[in-house]
Amino acid sequence: MNIRRFPMTREISLLVLVYLYVPVVVLVSYSFNANRTATVWSHASLDWYGRILANPAIQSATQNSLVLALCAATAATVIALLAALATARAFPSRGGVEAVLNMPLILPEIVVAVATLMLFVALGVQLGLGTMILAHTAFCIPFAYLPIRARLEGMNQSYGEAAQDLYANRFRSFRRVTLPLLWPGIMAGFTLAFVTSLDDFLTSFFLSGPGTTTLPVYIFSSIKAGITPEINAISTVMLVISVLLVSLSFFLGRLRR
Amino acid sequence: MTGNPTLRRLGLLTPALMTIAVLIGVPLMLLFWISLLQKGGSSGVDWGAAPSLGNYIRLVWEEDFDGTMILNTSYLVILLRSILQAAVTTGLSLLFGLPVALWMAGLSRGQRDMMLLLITIPFWTNLLVRNYAWLIILRDDGWLSQAINFVSPGGPIQLLYNDLAVAIGLTYSFLPFMILPLYTVFEKFDWRLLEAAHDLGATRSRALRRVLIPIAMPGIAAGSLLVFIPCLGAFVTPALLGGGKTLMLGNIIQMQFGASRNWPFGAALAVVLLGLMLFVMVCMAIWRNRRVK
Amino acid sequence: MTDSSAVSIRSVSKGFGRGAAAVRVLEDVSVEIGQREFFTLLGPSGCGKTTLLRLIAGFETADQGKIIIEGQDVTQAPPFRRPVNTVFQNYALFPHLTVEQNVGFALVEQQMPADKIRARVGESLEMVRMQSFARRRPAELSGGQQQRVALARALAPRPKVLLLDEPLSALDLKLRKEMQIELKLLQAEAGITFLFVTHDQEEALTLSDRVAVMQGGRILQMGAPRDIYETPTHRFVADFIGDINLIEAEALPGNAIRLAGGAQIVVPHQAQGKVTLAIRPERARIVAPDAGHLQARVVHTAYLGTALVHKLALSDGATFLLRQSDLDGTQPPIGSTVGLSLPADSLRVLLQ
Repeated sequence: MNIRRFPMTREISLLVLVYLYVPVVVLVSYSFNANRTATVWSHASLDWYGRILANPAIQSATQNSLVLALCAATAATVIALLAALATARAFPSRGGVEAVLNMPLILPEIVVAVATLMLFVALGVQLGLGTMILAHTAFCIPFAYLPIRARLEGMNQSYGEAAQDLYANRFRSFRRVTLPLLWPGIMAGFTLAFVTSLDDFLTSFFLSGPGTTTLPVYIFSSIKAGITPEINAISTVMLVISVLLVSLSFFLGRLRR
Repeated sequence: MTGNPTLRRLGLLTPALMTIAVLIGVPLMLLFWISLLQKGGSSGVDWGAAPSLGNYIRLVWEEDFDGTMILNTSYLVILLRSILQAAVTTGLSLLFGLPVALWMAGLSRGQRDMMLLLITIPFWTNLLVRNYAWLIILRDDGWLSQAINFVSPGGPIQLLYNDLAVAIGLTYSFLPFMILPLYTVFEKFDWRLLEAAHDLGATRSRALRRVLIPIAMPGIAAGSLLVFIPCLGAFVTPALLGGGKTLMLGNIIQMQFGASRNWPFGAALAVVLLGLMLFVMVCMAIWRNRRVK
Repeated sequence: MTDSSAVSIRSVSKGFGRGAAAVRVLEDVSVEIGQREFFTLLGPSGCGKTTLLRLIAGFETADQGKIIIEGQDVTQAPPFRRPVNTVFQNYALFPHLTVEQNVGFALVEQQMPADKIRARVGESLEMVRMQSFARRRPAELSGGQQQRVALARALAPRPKVLLLDEPLSALDLKLRKEMQIELKLLQAEAGITFLFVTHDQEEALTLSDRVAVMQGGRILQMGAPRDIYETPTHRFVADFIGDINLIEAEALPGNAIRLAGGAQIVVPHQAQGKVTLAIRPERARIVAPDAGHLQARVVHTAYLGTALVHKLALSDGATFLLRQSDLDGTQPPIGSTVGLSLPADSLRVLLQ
């Protein structure tokens, strides 16, 4: 008898995997369906991918999404890196500081989204890419922070001391030792922040202005207007991008310590 | 760089704390204030109105033509449905998540990493897209409906736009939140404790109930919190898979900022959602404290 | 003397934490370490030895007192402005750099030209016989090899003083013995001051020119290994280093001391009333039951190859260890009563 194996857990686990992946498979396979009705299969085709490439609305939404994710993830990663360097060593209010940093993870997104919307409107700020970048930066901070913090945690404090002992001042020690060792964590954090921003729907839904639709917002309004195979194709593209980026971040996080 | 560690720490933390304070802290305070005002003006809020609890009273009582207050259950029903949906989703996630986490912990290292990746990927892919995938499956002319119709003919079956569809979508959305903390507990679990339990005469199921589950309790609590809270504020799933009769809190909040355009009332609903969340978290904290003692 | 010291520590105190949680780790410590000396700080964990080393390296700052290295006051200087280098307990080799990049790390910081760096790195690796591993990464080396690279890295910038923080504690016994000899040879070859921290008394006695025994943030006794072993002044020092027998006795006027059995011994002392006498197991001798200073019963005898160790019970019940190197001599049977002769020049009167 293997002490670690419990009856039925294997069967249930496989069932859960099916549950998790069947919708994805269905979505992806329908995106290659030539038939207009989106649910009746005729034959395989790349028609819909050609259509989304040619659709100017999707092009501009894609561009907005990428610019938004790039700006928000970069800002969030820099901010999170600084914060992680501060919280690497214990200090009296560290628990409180970390709770504040992780607040965006706990708060219901819809609440923060409408609250931010009202703030921008009350201040008379024009809604658009700028307001979305600000809001996305805030909720991306914990996603960038956690991998960097985890990497720092696993890093021996004596590396920094050794560098200073060998005549590197604080800045040189950071550049020659801490930063290279931290790099996989920083990249993992950036990637997760990027994916989070790219996939975000709710905040963008409330904060996008005229002409600054993002891809998820475009998809939502398209679904509401009626299901088309085009949505399947664009959704598949989003899915593939997320999976690639998350796998990359997972790999970076496991990189040699 | 300054030599004083406290000053240096403060300098490093300022950007993060300022960003969160300005973009999350200040908006939440504003939200609370607006929930006490009335609608009006061009921006949707009558800034000059005297603060009152009118919006909160409106949740339960409605003013009749002749000025008497009568009970209005429509919002209460939505509130109750949100809580029930969140509870059902948490229960389903636990029911399926526990065996998965248990099974993963017993795998070899390589297999575990693979499973971890497989469980994490849906968690990171687009929530909207994942719910949309269910929309395709559950549609009237979708293959699931057709398959059921083929087995037991009797016209197309309505699978979409009901509480079940929403529960399926919510569980699908948040199941990884349950599996991951449970797995973390089981991964660290000292399996010799189970051997000891068997040695002391406990059968497999008794050892599970008396040793494994009690030790996994913190993970179960953390997972439940992580599923329950986002479910309470869910918007996308009920918006796509639910119909007009399965509205949840998130939907009616959004309506106040869309078609109905009543921001102060929407703000009040958001505050109620925050309050509910806070209540659940405080209960959990009390339970945890008591456990420690 | 002071001007020629390699390291001079003057009345240094250090505490951690504030308010009720405050802990004093060093209390008014003063040490002078000479040029080319192999000096060891010895003590149990928590005695303050590592903190003292970290104060000299510059990782911590003293609350009070002065630290002077080669005539230069470095009390407030950061680690990168001190002419000392450290061999860390866990080596702290940079995992992202190769062996030669690790060894050349300080030389790059000192802006040495590239060809000189290459030459110096080569020399340093040769000193520890690691030339053939120059292109490897630390993760590809064994513990002993990492230890050598850490030594080469700390020696490459030719520091005035080398600080070693329990560098051998992670190695197994056999390797540790080998590295002890190598360390000693390396010090002679490099010709610099070594400041060594350890909790292993045998290691301290083997390696050092001088040893400082620390406890509770103070230096209890300082001196050559032989002095520390033969003439401990504190009960703690006597107990911490090697095996020792402690005998409660009474100081009489003059230089006499009265033992429990009534016998008197003349030992120079300034104490009054109750005192503790210390004697090493190899210094006491077994004599006829009525001839010694004390009577004891043989409880157990262990054969150690090079000696016999007798476990004896004194009349008051206390245990007394006696080491007999003469394996061919007469061996008292278990249970028999013997006399113990305590040579006066081997007895020490201890401070508490």
